[in-house]
Amino acid sequence: MTITSTPVTGEATKTWSGRSMPRKEDGRLVQGQGSFVDDGGMHGQGYAWFVRSPYAHARIVSIDCEPALAMEGVYAVLTGDEAKAMCQAPFFAIAPPPGSLMQEWPLAVDKVRYQGDAVAVVLADSRETARDAAERVVVEYEPLTPVTDTVAAADPAAPLLYDEAGTNVAWHGLFDYGDVDWALENADHVVKLDRLHFHRFTSSPLECNGAVVDFDRGTGVVSVLSNYQMPMFAAMVVGPTIGVPMNKFNFVSKDIGGAFGIKIGFYPQIAALALLSKKAGRPAKWTEFRTEHMLTAGHGNERTFLDVEVPVMADGTILGLKVRAFDDAGAYLHYEPLGAVIWSQVVPGCYKLKHVRVDYTEVVTNKCPVVPNRGYSRMQHLWLVERIVDVVAHELGLDPVEVRKRNYVQPEDYPYETPNGCIYDSGDLPRSLDIALELAHVAEWRERQRELGTGTGRRIGIGIGSTLDSGTNNFGQSRIINPDLPFSGNGEAAFAKLDLFGEINVNLGTTPQGQGHETTAAQVAADILGVTPEDVTVTTGFNQANNSYVGFSGTYASQFAVSGLGAVMGAAQKLRHQIVKLAAFALQAEEDEIELEGGSARVRGDEERAIPFIGLSNMVYTNNAGLPASLLDECDLNARYVYVPPFEVPDTVAKTGNLTLTYASQVHVCVVEVDEETGEVKVVEYAAVDDCGNRINPLVVEGQVHGATGLGIAASLYESLDYDESGQLQEPSFYEYHVGTAMDIPDVACGDIESPSPFTPNGAKGMGEGGGAPLHAVCAALQDALGAGAPVVSESHNHWARVYELLHRDPGAPRGVEVVTRTAEPGAGVESL
Amino acid sequence: MGERGTSHAVTVEVNGEKVSRIVAARQLLVHFLRDTLGLTGTHIGCDTGNCGACSVIVNGKLVKSCMILAPQVDGATIETVEGLADGDSLSPLQESFHEHHALQCGYCTPGMLMSATYLLRQNPDPTDEEIRRGIRGNICRCTGYVNIVKAIRAASREQASGGRPVPAAAGEEV
Ligand code: FES
Ligand code: FES
Repeated sequence: MTITSTPVTGEATKTWSGRSMPRKEDGRLVQGQGSFVDDGGMHGQGYAWFVRSPYAHARIVSIDCEPALAMEGVYAVLTGDEAKAMCQAPFFAIAPPPGSLMQEWPLAVDKVRYQGDAVAVVLADSRETARDAAERVVVEYEPLTPVTDTVAAADPAAPLLYDEAGTNVAWHGLFDYGDVDWALENADHVVKLDRLHFHRFTSSPLECNGAVVDFDRGTGVVSVLSNYQMPMFAAMVVGPTIGVPMNKFNFVSKDIGGAFGIKIGFYPQIAALALLSKKAGRPAKWTEFRTEHMLTAGHGNERTFLDVEVPVMADGTILGLKVRAFDDAGAYLHYEPLGAVIWSQVVPGCYKLKHVRVDYTEVVTNKCPVVPNRGYSRMQHLWLVERIVDVVAHELGLDPVEVRKRNYVQPEDYPYETPNGCIYDSGDLPRSLDIALELAHVAEWRERQRELGTGTGRRIGIGIGSTLDSGTNNFGQSRIINPDLPFSGNGEAAFAKLDLFGEINVNLGTTPQGQGHETTAAQVAADILGVTPEDVTVTTGFNQANNSYVGFSGTYASQFAVSGLGAVMGAAQKLRHQIVKLAAFALQAEEDEIELEGGSARVRGDEERAIPFIGLSNMVYTNNAGLPASLLDECDLNARYVYVPPFEVPDTVAKTGNLTLTYASQVHVCVVEVDEETGEVKVVEYAAVDDCGNRINPLVVEGQVHGATGLGIAASLYESLDYDESGQLQEPSFYEYHVGTAMDIPDVACGDIESPSPFTPNGAKGMGEGGGAPLHAVCAALQDALGAGAPVVSESHNHWARVYELLHRDPGAPRGVEVVTRTAEPGAGVESL
Repeated sequence: MGERGTSHAVTVEVNGEKVSRIVAARQLLVHFLRDTLGLTGTHIGCDTGNCGACSVIVNGKLVKSCMILAPQVDGATIETVEGLADGDSLSPLQESFHEHHALQCGYCTPGMLMSATYLLRQNPDPTDEEIRRGIRGNICRCTGYVNIVKAIRAASREQASGGRPVPAAAGEEV
């Protein structure tokens, strides 16, 4: 291959951070030499296949495994009851009661709670035999009434998923900031929306979940080769359940074929495979298949907003919002109800809303459990805020651009404290919007829109989506859900070392899934160690044996540029410090005279006095007789560093505090063309302006912007997960679930601003999730296309049939919006428009 | 391993090498490549023929290898991603994907490269619209396709301006 490393004697020191560099990872990946989970295995492994429920809600009457066990090649079958008997406790619950009473075990016990719930798992000598055997496991069910409507699930009269909890409400809380009652009374207008609905979808990575798990009965070590994206979270949840301490786990991952948060959700499968392996006495390999993934791997949060009230002044200043939110967690609380607080990282969105009251209810229903999905929980709330701002502009006849600019947090406001104590670090939203409008040629499109007029059967719509990508969580926010949780802060680890021949190695605690960590980590380390990125080998994937991890390790929640690279910087600086010390000793110089360049340490200004890294390694590893003990003590050429962002524990009563370290912002502009006859929507122009502070590798950043945009456009127009009343998923494969293709997703014009974060070691901000901007922008564009007096675009998903309905709704039918305006004279009461 | 039932002898030429194996009648071509031959570059992303991660070229035609049984390709000439590079030198498309950051997780990449290879053999100078049409059967969840289209376009331009051409199909007259 041509993408090879250059030797350590490379060019003189340069600044590598900040440069667009093609990636180090690519060489193996373009040649089919990546190592994805299904590509690997363990000696003596069997193949696992889960037996899954066809019913959404049913009692398990009996399970007969005999017909399966009678088949040649079947090693073992594990049922829910057996698995429970092997466990010490149900999975750890994030929620306090009643949510904590909604217990989950590795396999379903007594009841199944969604279509696809796993009741047993088979291990056999081939994938095909395991699948055949799974079909012969006879399960008798007694069907129960399924609960599929989010809001109705909260009704005390609704059938219960968990009798022992006595309710389907997993968590309820009131988030009340400022004085929204005062604002509603004193505003010039109150804009009221009946209902907005953010739909269920999945950013579904192309590679499904998978794991090979070995429970070594001799040592008690559980080895997990998987594509899990937050491995130590899985260990912390699975360990106490199956009785394995942290030091007996060995989580390993290599290349991961996308994750988008979804790969945080399959710890129950890992637990079940560990128990199956223990029972069968051999490793268990499981490769999820697509239909299984769509049914069970986890969906994004579905949220319904009711009774939205928005106080607005005559000049378009929006004072705040009031809403009742119902979030649908699905059947089990996998990572939930964390979503019930995660959204509050972005309470006012991009705007200076001061008075916000959100009455938040999270329920369980007989649907697939939700898991974090790119833009997790914030995107739902940001979509609400963007819909509000957009509808306010339309209803009050104001310019959507001006309303946004008037209400944006302004460049001079940073650091800006939100009503709940979050600190927006930096940005320039008005300029971002101007750039986006220009990139999308909005002036020309407005002209075209006017020319097109009415009666042509076609319409043009222009929409703006302003959003935030909050990154590097303060896990202390989990205590707003449950004050007893032992979590706060965050962190990430990295290792940097000089190997035996002076080679540079970096180990990460992250689990990259396409974000190019091997490249950006090498860029950062190269700058500090005076070499080129090619000289830095960054170990692929995660390996617990490297000891480069903390409890929060992994790749999720837009944080690598800050926490991951913060750790790499720290480790590389520590290593540099050791190198300098050793070199000063070897070269008989002062430490501050030593500089690192081209893989050598040398005395500044004296070409002759230099020692290559291999010489330093030799001194420490293989030729250390006679060296001062104090020097060897300090310089083992192995440097571990843990980056810890500065956080306080939030106020769990007031529900305030700084919940995330950085706020990258995105402003998107979308132009759509709508066919009145069919409702078909075509995105004809799209621009995205991203501001994520200092960019370590702009090429990689832009790739993330493209990806998040593609997934968002696909979600807004093509991808939706819908259940019928019996709880059957209508889109259980890529045949029904229309994943956005190259024909659906347009080219994206990208712009950028770099507003460095004052809070991070490198001025960077985490990014990549994208805050769902395309959903906001597409909805706004549709609203624009519908024109004055049209119904409100109240759904985040707008398939052509829905657009057709919006276009052709009876003019007398409710529009879903009402504006109440105060009469001119104070105290004269209000009149309805 | 462990497969019961009817078996078939399958002889194929894969990336220029002749191989013969006895396989189960129901074995999919993609499993034959991945499990039996150990060519794990060809991936699986769905179970309905919609994603294209498994795309390979069989007798000069683009095929989704999850949609065809191994015994059906007996006697065929097969090209997979592992055969694209010429020894140490990447194919122009592989090179272009790298240069233009047309891959992130890299899971779709092998299938995407096979589709793009096929496309440029059929149509050496496609428009962007034709490129998009050519890869519509290949799903990428990471890139929004932006840089993939760019990379394919660049490779075709390079070819047009006298750079290295996309290698001709194996088993076809050159
Ligand atoms: S795996 Fe063949 S098309 Fe998806
Ligand atoms: S690069 Fe990840 S699916 Fe295409």
